[in-house]
Amino acid sequence: MPDLLLELFSEEIPARMQAKAADDLRRMVTDKLVAEGLVYEGAKAFATPRRLTLTVHGIPARQSDLKEERKGPRVGGPDAAVQGFLKATGLKSLDEAKIQHDPKKGDFYIALIEKPGRATLDVLADILPVIIRTFPWPKQMRWGERSGRPGALSWVRPLHAIVATFGLETETPEVVKFAIDGIEAGQTTFGHRFMAPAAIPVRRFEDYEAKLLDAKVVLDPQRRKDAILTDAKTLAQAQNFELVEDQVLLDEVSGLVEWPVVLMGSFDPEFLSIPGEVIRATIRNNQKCFVVSDPKTGKLTNKFILTANIEASDGGKAIIAGNERVIRARLSDAKFFYETDLKTKLEDRLPKFENIVFHEKLGTQGERIKRIERLAAEIAPLVGADVEKAKRAARLCKADLLTEVVGEFPELQGLMGKYYALAQGEDASVAAASEEHYKPQGPTDRVPTEAVSVVVALADKLDTLVGFWAIDEKPTGSKDPYALRRAALGTIRLIVENSIRVRLIPVTDNHISGFGNAKGLKDWNGRQVEQKCIDLLSFFADRLKGQLREQGARHDLVDAVFALEGQDDLLMVVRRVEALGKFLDTDDGKNLLAGTKRAANILRIEEKKDGKAYDGEPDAALYSLDEEKTLAKAIDQVTAEASDAVAKEDFAAAMSAMAKLRPAVDAFFDKVKVNDDDAKVRENRLKLLNEIRAATRAVADFSRIQD
Amino acid sequence: MDAIPAHMRPERSFQGFILALQRFWADQGCVILQPYDMEMGAGTFHPATTLRALGPRPWKAAYVQPSRRPKDGRYGENPNRLQHYYQFQVIIKPSPPDLQELYLKSLAAIGIDSALHDIRFVEDDWESPTLGAWGLGWECWCDGMEVSQFTYFQQVAGVECSPVAGELTYGLERLAMYVQGVDRVYDLNFNGREGAEKVTYGDVFLQAEQEYSRHNFEHSDADMLFRQFSMAEEACRKYLDAGWKDGKREAHQMALPAFDQCIKASHAFNLLDARGVISVTERQSYIMRVRELAKACGEAWVHTEAGRAA
Repeated sequence: MPDLLLELFSEEIPARMQAKAADDLRRMVTDKLVAEGLVYEGAKAFATPRRLTLTVHGIPARQSDLKEERKGPRVGGPDAAVQGFLKATGLKSLDEAKIQHDPKKGDFYIALIEKPGRATLDVLADILPVIIRTFPWPKQMRWGERSGRPGALSWVRPLHAIVATFGLETETPEVVKFAIDGIEAGQTTFGHRFMAPAAIPVRRFEDYEAKLLDAKVVLDPQRRKDAILTDAKTLAQAQNFELVEDQVLLDEVSGLVEWPVVLMGSFDPEFLSIPGEVIRATIRNNQKCFVVSDPKTGKLTNKFILTANIEASDGGKAIIAGNERVIRARLSDAKFFYETDLKTKLEDRLPKFENIVFHEKLGTQGERIKRIERLAAEIAPLVGADVEKAKRAARLCKADLLTEVVGEFPELQGLMGKYYALAQGEDASVAAASEEHYKPQGPTDRVPTEAVSVVVALADKLDTLVGFWAIDEKPTGSKDPYALRRAALGTIRLIVENSIRVRLIPVTDNHISGFGNAKGLKDWNGRQVEQKCIDLLSFFADRLKGQLREQGARHDLVDAVFALEGQDDLLMVVRRVEALGKFLDTDDGKNLLAGTKRAANILRIEEKKDGKAYDGEPDAALYSLDEEKTLAKAIDQVTAEASDAVAKEDFAAAMSAMAKLRPAVDAFFDKVKVNDDDAKVRENRLKLLNEIRAATRAVADFSRIQD
Repeated sequence: MDAIPAHMRPERSFQGFILALQRFWADQGCVILQPYDMEMGAGTFHPATTLRALGPRPWKAAYVQPSRRPKDGRYGENPNRLQHYYQFQVIIKPSPPDLQELYLKSLAAIGIDSALHDIRFVEDDWESPTLGAWGLGWECWCDGMEVSQFTYFQQVAGVECSPVAGELTYGLERLAMYVQGVDRVYDLNFNGREGAEKVTYGDVFLQAEQEYSRHNFEHSDADMLFRQFSMAEEACRKYLDAGWKDGKREAHQMALPAFDQCIKASHAFNLLDARGVISVTERQSYIMRVRELAKACGEAWVHTEAGRAA
């Protein structure tokens, strides 16, 4: 079956957009083909700085013919209906329609419509221009003379030529005939901008790719990446050095060249006095070059690796020299910034924060830092951190935001704070917190473990969360501009992975008073608490559920535990959920859950029927059967044991205690008829069922657990 | 090239370098203008770009424009930062299909051989908040150094460009430093002579950099500048109002003088900003005020003889 080759040749496409554009092109064309009834065998798309290319192979040469029967009005029906039918089906008169006999409803007309399939070449000529006109570039532009006319084509940068051919391998393919904004599809492309700029006639994908390669264009981005990586490694190894690999940079660099030529340059070793991360940021962000390390020391060397787009006539000497000059100038700036930064102590930068607004409704950065410091002092004892060190770390942790280096390279925030703190003789734990308190940034990021860092990280995140809750700027749907979900997940991981005991309600309730905007107090476990803090706690519960769901654990157990009173200690919640999960995996657990649910179901039905709740204490005098007495006794005993174990935070023991309830519950349902004829006995038995439900609440609200 | 005396060759002298660029673009049919006689932050502010980019009439121009960036002064101590430097500006409307090729040929004309150097078009979307303008294009790299800005204007002074103009901006000092092989801007050979006759960029501009840095950061009269800003803003509006022919918003007769006041306001703002007397929040509102003026001037311009359809 025939293949399609499509190339859209333009001026330089931004590197960051190329991969998605290739993917979009493949998706849009193949979706449309399928929608047209043209099922293809395979498709692959490529991008270089100057072209988007798609090959789709194994497309049928024609659509299949369609036959369709359309039902019309009954014979002798109103004229309007007949006319409508003729118009809709394209029949000239009713003579062309068939009559279908229906013994029940009477005779009616049927139109037989035959739609011959179109040649794929024609279908392509229709769909390709539409796809080009509606292509989803993140940003697009108009250009040239036609840009003054209505309906001018928009593209990422000026589009110059289109190759579109369709045909069998064995035959000369045909050009898909269409034109868009004056650009006619044909079979001519162009090679490398400098090394082979001439026009190249192409027929189909195989010769297209090969001819481009001859014309110094590597079409496949993956091949360009592989070539760059291999050559860069080889260059580094030849001098016994090691390339510092950087996938994001590699992706970008491969989108800036059609013919990668990897070269190595060097800079004055005196610049190695600057922290390696600063050198790397300078060379990577500004010059898009790789840095090189010495495996013996693990530190950077004074080399860099650049990727040119040309085999220069002097073997690259001028290119290396030019890049070295720029990097020298950039590193001079970086060194100047770094040395300037070192002249000012971090605490001396703090007054400036008084004039920098953190958020319109949350005051200045200065106020925020003071809040974090206060909160850090409050949390420090819970984490076992030195209070003074935690306060100092909190006070200094944002100071590097005002340094020159961080101004230039925002991604070095925190890290520079650590360097500057160490340079001015701060305690190592205080310095480390500058960098670590931003962590964890995402689900795969490392969680700090050093006590001072943990305290500041928690204080920073809790201040953010409480603050935005105070001003009602909560995340909605996909909108979370202040990354509050990430802050909450980070808080959970910090607490759980470091086994920290912290009651979130008192801590957040105390902290929120610093913001104003109170909504009002609400009872929470016998305590009057600002409502927004209770909202925030359920936000934590939701994040915890999400996290467990992602780990494949049972998130319904989180609901079952949070449904109990006073659950604001995330570590205990998690521990209890774990113990509960294990318990429910055992036969005892499963049966107890079933029994408890059965009790709850009966209660629900009977309570609804009678319009009253059976929540009073059962009367022991009314027990007539052994099973009732045994169950009552078991409940008393298990409740006491489980509560005891919970008080000792031994959730496994609490679950074991619960297991003892199972035989009594099973026996009760086996032998005892709840709805006894004697109303008093019935009521007493219902109350006993309620006691089962109450007893299990020592460990979780079983009614929230899914079967 | 043979006809050019050695001292005028682009790799020998700064002035020869500028003349080579002018010559090249003159050969492409551009009118070669002289710098606009007002202080401005970028060559784009020149009415030959800002205003002429608007409206349907074709336009090709090239010119040198001194750029005043008061904040970038370094008292003559930084090897490549200046508060006054030159931009070479090319504007062609509508953008020709071979603008990239023309640009590469212009590099060849100043001695940059594309078989020897690595020339790249790296994404850089241009936006001028004060001019209410944006466009898409690239920064052009030569061996890793940004040497030009290449933009297809999409909107200027709040008006859609129809048709689109192509704009090229060359950082002259930086390019000349590269071509001459010097690391310090003040070491550029200005006149292409050697020995006693040689005049360097430093001979011409070093003292000015030192004096203007003192002025911009320490002594400029902030009160006067605040007043100048307000006066220019007021005058701009006054001229715009008065320029509508017969008081009807159909034809405008004073877009250019009004736009001069917009340029003035913008420069006063830049000076105030360098002086550090505008707070972060105020800064935004000043930028907005200049943009409002620029937009009103653009609106007036498209109702003038040169700005509208024939």
